[in-house]
Amino acid sequence: MPTASEILEGKGVCICAGSGGVGKTTTSAAIAAGMAARGLRTCVLTIDPAKRLADSLGLQELGNEASQVDSALFEAQGVEMRGELWAMMLDAKATFDELVRRHAPDEETRDRVLENRIYQQISSALAGSQEYMAMEKLFELHSEGRYDLLVLDTPPTRNALDFLDAPRRLTQFIEGRSLRMFMRPTGLAAKVAGRGASVMFSILRRILGFDLLADLSEFFSAFSGMVEGFQERAKRVNALLADPETCFVVVCGPQGEPIDEAVYFHRKLVEAKLPVGGVIVNKVHYRTNHARGDGEDLRAALTGELGDEGLAERVAANFADYEALAERDAANIDRLAAELRTKSVIRIPYLDEDVHDLAGLAQINRYLFATGEERVEIAAGP
Amino acid sequence: MPDLLDKRLVFVTGKGGVGKSTVAISLGLAAATRGKRTIVCEVSSQEHASHTFKRAEVGFHEVELDDNLWAISIDPDESMREYVLIQLKVRAMRDMLFRSRIFTYLAAATPGLKELVTIGKIWELAQLDRKVKTGRKYDLVVVDAPATGHGIGFLQTPRTFAGIARVGPIHSQAQALDRFITDHDSTGVAIVCLPEEMPVNESAKLEQELREEIGVAVDRVYMNALYPERFSNEEAERFETALERSDGGTRAALRAALSEHRRARAQRAQLARLRRRTAAPVKTLPFIFEPELGPEDARNLARRLG
Repeated sequence: MPTASEILEGKGVCICAGSGGVGKTTTSAAIAAGMAARGLRTCVLTIDPAKRLADSLGLQELGNEASQVDSALFEAQGVEMRGELWAMMLDAKATFDELVRRHAPDEETRDRVLENRIYQQISSALAGSQEYMAMEKLFELHSEGRYDLLVLDTPPTRNALDFLDAPRRLTQFIEGRSLRMFMRPTGLAAKVAGRGASVMFSILRRILGFDLLADLSEFFSAFSGMVEGFQERAKRVNALLADPETCFVVVCGPQGEPIDEAVYFHRKLVEAKLPVGGVIVNKVHYRTNHARGDGEDLRAALTGELGDEGLAERVAANFADYEALAERDAANIDRLAAELRTKSVIRIPYLDEDVHDLAGLAQINRYLFATGEERVEIAAGP
Repeated sequence: MPDLLDKRLVFVTGKGGVGKSTVAISLGLAAATRGKRTIVCEVSSQEHASHTFKRAEVGFHEVELDDNLWAISIDPDESMREYVLIQLKVRAMRDMLFRSRIFTYLAAATPGLKELVTIGKIWELAQLDRKVKTGRKYDLVVVDAPATGHGIGFLQTPRTFAGIARVGPIHSQAQALDRFITDHDSTGVAIVCLPEEMPVNESAKLEQELREEIGVAVDRVYMNALYPERFSNEEAERFETALERSDGGTRAALRAALSEHRRARAQRAQLARLRRRTAAPVKTLPFIFEPELGPEDARNLARRLG
């Protein structure tokens, strides 16, 4: 089992990906904090952190600007901070607006786009725009070159794949190639489409009940001067994602379904020729190393230590439940490692308390950055 | 206001990974057991129902899973197609639409249209006088709603659309959908939560937004996967004392007992937070110490859901 610092050796960008509810935000923050402790200047870019985690990182006042997390906070948890940890909460709408301002040839175009109804829907509500903007912000920060390592906590899409697909879908929409061809009043397309297209539009108007086309054509004509800028930018964002200095880390949980999703997601990343660094499995029930006698022996030994047969019985029953979950987790993770043909699987144990503060992050860090033997030791307890 | 299972349509919602699908299936089973003809709808092709019942994929068909219990996986493209078939009676017009690349493009590009036709299909299933003439009549439709990654968006779609489309069939459709969703006698919502910090915060926020911004009835919040309180504080202290002297085989068992005690206690604190912060009644569901959930577990949960 590698440590997180081995996985991230020489990397400038780390993208934590996975489905919702598997502890991606916490993992991203722990990775950035751990690498900062080892002397790097890191920045974690997050979407929607738990309130208390955000508070403890000093994130409450943040919009789209990075701010430094006070090293003293970590030192209070016994973590020596040799580098710097910065954190930023992403505001997707503001990022999209910034992008429009940057690419707009003049003020009039800028305002036309910002005020267009279709644009407003896309920039705030359309599924995919958050993902696209997360990539965009990542690219911007990377270009500025202020950090040694950027860690991106990807948005909570139900299907982890949406995140890879969204930027492409959105750029395609903005390009609007197939539609613009029909909207052009003259030219070959008009001749080919001819009367058919206009009948089409009247059917559409009849079904939709509003002139989507009027809004869309306004959108496309306002956007037309910016399409190239967007395309160029998207190309460079894609190049950054595929760069050998970028590293995708798949985050998942140990149950059957999250493992299936991680396998699927990993395969898609490999197919897309994106660099995968490893997999982090959260909330794992660790198997204990102790020689297991039969239940009878354990109950007798517990009765001896606790001096209460009934209580010993309940402790043994609880332990049997725990072991069953540990067996399940181990089998699932073995399957994951086999499917991925990798040994780069880091297991974070299921801690006694929910992680939402710096003390919890410090605890997770011990596992992320520990060697295999150290981990088994930590898991066995003090 | 009628009880949750006496309504016609129930949305089961919450953030990703909290067990929404399990609760949706179990609610469906609970209603079916009471003799209600029930259908469970999945909307993001995750096919949980078919997994739990060890069935082949459900797909865009009404498939029987158990006595009185059916399932369907709603695909937005299929729903769009069905909607157009119902709206356009003239075959030539339909054929033209379906063949057209622009239509495919616009249907995919129009913000929220996929969600709208998905809700439209759910509504259609919940009607006693169904538009799909071959369809069965259901007493209850349970929806395993998409994860609330993007807030309350899904249930708000009809109202947003009614605003955008000023006239025409989509406008009146969207209005009808919104009326049905916000009618407390017809439609209810169950939020699923986990006993952890972030899910509790999000569920409380979600409940408030659903009530105040959309005006739907939130009937219930399920605190899912709650550890049993197996040991008292006093017993936990005895474990700690014993742990100091213990080595070998009992050590791991004592540590597991202490962990269980700490988690159960931390979870009770989260349960109390959830109760303070939500107006709807909070019901608890136990953590299931089984490697994978099967039909029996769903049945056991179903008994506790009503």
